[in-house]
Amino acid sequence: MSCFLCNSSVGKKLVMSVSGCVLVLFILFHMSMNLTAIFSPEAYNTICSLLGANWYALVATAGLAAIVALHFIYAIVLTLNNYRARGSQRYEVTVKERGVSWASKNMLVLGFIVVGGLALHLFNFWAKMQLVELTGSHVNSLGYAPTDGATLIAYTFSQWYYVLIYLVWFAALWFHLTHGVWSMFQTAGWANDTWYPRLKCIANIVATIVFLGFAAVVAIYFAKSLCPCCAGAC
Amino acid sequence: MNFTLKIWRQKDAKSKGAFETYKVENISADTSFLEMLDILNNNLIHEGKEPVAFDHDCREGICGMCSLHIDGRAHGPGDGATTCQIYMRKFKDGATITIEPWRSAAFPVIKDLVVNRSAYDQILQAGGFISVRTNSVPDANAIPIPKADADESMDAAACIGCGACAATCKNGSAMLFVAARVSSLAKLPQGRVEGARRAKAMVAKMDELGFGNCTNTGACQAECPKSISIAHIARLNREFLAAKFED
Repeated sequence: MSCFLCNSSVGKKLVMSVSGCVLVLFILFHMSMNLTAIFSPEAYNTICSLLGANWYALVATAGLAAIVALHFIYAIVLTLNNYRARGSQRYEVTVKERGVSWASKNMLVLGFIVVGGLALHLFNFWAKMQLVELTGSHVNSLGYAPTDGATLIAYTFSQWYYVLIYLVWFAALWFHLTHGVWSMFQTAGWANDTWYPRLKCIANIVATIVFLGFAAVVAIYFAKSLCPCCAGAC
Repeated sequence: MNFTLKIWRQKDAKSKGAFETYKVENISADTSFLEMLDILNNNLIHEGKEPVAFDHDCREGICGMCSLHIDGRAHGPGDGATTCQIYMRKFKDGATITIEPWRSAAFPVIKDLVVNRSAYDQILQAGGFISVRTNSVPDANAIPIPKADADESMDAAACIGCGACAATCKNGSAMLFVAARVSSLAKLPQGRVEGARRAKAMVAKMDELGFGNCTNTGACQAECPKSISIAHIARLNREFLAAKFED
């Protein structure tokens, strides 16, 4: 049984579907966690403490990294297969097919942007939080406590270029999810003509919630940095 | 009507091809696309030139022989129609029309616009059939089949195996073709019996022949001349995964 997940086209797509599903659930969890930073920096820091270098957080982080790697590696393998299957001679003239979304034809490029954003995110936050705790240090390179996530958010998103890069990242994630979320049901075989409009609607809603949830934190902390009075400093 | 045709010419499978430009004049708007190519070929023969090779047979949209990628679309500018069902009134007078063969690694060009689609035959031979003893024709009502199932089966059975799905797919995937064949049999009691074996065998053969992986863009159903839905691909996925998990 394990073979078909590595050897057959439908099996490999199932791996993409299931790993993608886990990542979507994680993203929704992460977004919900981030939203607490808007309402209560203290509550957010409490969550950061709970998800520090504890064994369960480390196991979850390792599992998550493995799933990201799996999703990424399978995407590369499948795309290389597809590139070969398309052949070396391409069409001289192409037109956009009716009902085909731009995102569905650019999932790999969008995936690269998402992974690039993830690398920056790990540098901005994970390397200054969980990694610092793992090394036994009590203060990160910026001089903050590794569990003081709210201050780190405020510091990072007081810089306009990080705001811009993160918003581009979230936009790429939005496009990726508008296709990925309904596509994972199709690949698992849980779709039909009645459910396509519903699944695509659900995918758009999930993608939009994820975008707005993440972007809200970035936008609000950036606004606070521009207007200290808004942050209650006055 | 007058047209400029930009047609892919390739001497044989091993030769390097290139586009050549031809003019056709005084074409009636009610001429079919293939008849227009016949007129071009007559002209070429009169001029002592090699006619353009292209596939065709029934010319009524049921045999699956005609192909052609016309102005960026499989089977040209019509929804739910094969190339032979396209008429020149679909084009503007004076237009330049680009005609290419199917482009897919599994469909190598044999000559000009003719490609080798025997890969689809090989997939069918792997499992696109039912194993029954064929005696006399059974009574039509001997096996009751729900109308909805019969309709779905017939919708899938409309597939003519023309190759437009794989030719259109950016991944060169034959999933819509395989799904239509698996689905049309899986929805009927006669085909249900061998459903698991069929799905596994046909997917394995499709992979072996070098077709790509479906990424659910839906381009295949948009260009399918029989408008076959990707819901059949979902059923193929179900059939295949259930069969594999049962192993």
